[in-house]
Amino acid sequence: MKIKNIAYCAMLTTLAMIFGYVEALIPFQFGLPGIKLGVANIVIVIALYLLPAGQVFAIQGMRIILVSFLFGNMSMMLYSLAGGFLSLSIMLILKKTNWFSMVGISVVGGVSHNIGQLIVAAFVVQNLKVAFYVPALLIAGLITGCLIGMLAYKIKPILEQYLK
Amino acid sequence: MFLKKDFILFVGIILVAILAMLLILPTWTKNGEKICIMIDGTLYGEYSLSQNQTIIVNEPLGYNKIIIENGAVYMDEADCPDKYCMKYKPIKNNSETIICLPHKLVLEVKGENNVSQVDVIVP
Repeated sequence: MKIKNIAYCAMLTTLAMIFGYVEALIPFQFGLPGIKLGVANIVIVIALYLLPAGQVFAIQGMRIILVSFLFGNMSMMLYSLAGGFLSLSIMLILKKTNWFSMVGISVVGGVSHNIGQLIVAAFVVQNLKVAFYVPALLIAGLITGCLIGMLAYKIKPILEQYLK
Repeated sequence: MFLKKDFILFVGIILVAILAMLLILPTWTKNGEKICIMIDGTLYGEYSLSQNQTIIVNEPLGYNKIIIENGAVYMDEADCPDKYCMKYKPIKNNSETIICLPHKLVLEVKGENNVSQVDVIVP
């Protein structure tokens, strides 16, 4: 790994952490408990297009572990890891196919992130009744993924100038 | 910014959401008779919705205070870290739930005869 890449990794991880923290500060309610914008995913979506896959996984893993230790707890880490890695894997696979634009990839990420967390929730409470959340989480993932994707699409070219 | 396949994806997600909604709605609208409290997958207790009462759950996993008032139930107090369970609005319809994930507590409203409910649909 080039030294430059290590620096980018560290920088993007810090940025994702700060976004996660800022989001926790803003009381942004969608009406349903547990649904949030996921601003930190801007960094992940952009990194997906600028850095090799392994490094994006590293950024996602570091971000979740650090943010959970700093502002959350163990159960939060479990949910975030499940959602984070499921969404990242699916985004990577679909990005390879070149079917979707950045916004589409981000939407896939948002939806699969929610589904990943729901699967862990179903295991933890041993009750399939959490499936009641599926429609709400799908729509929420679609809306937030769309917003995040559009932001990432606008930010990426600006960031690219400095990263090359 | 958008590609054609993006919109196919969006419509697909919305369709799946509507489908899931249609599957869930029929079990939703009926008024419930009682509530079931499950902790870590096992039944903790059943309580009638028709009488006002306060249920204190004091388990190793945590403390929850559940209140039944005018046929609706809500979480009044909990010592869990996120307090999401307390943000739920009072529920009273069949199959509605309040979930406190850190305490592995599921509170579900049930009708008197829940036998007609479908468990699994095998395609």
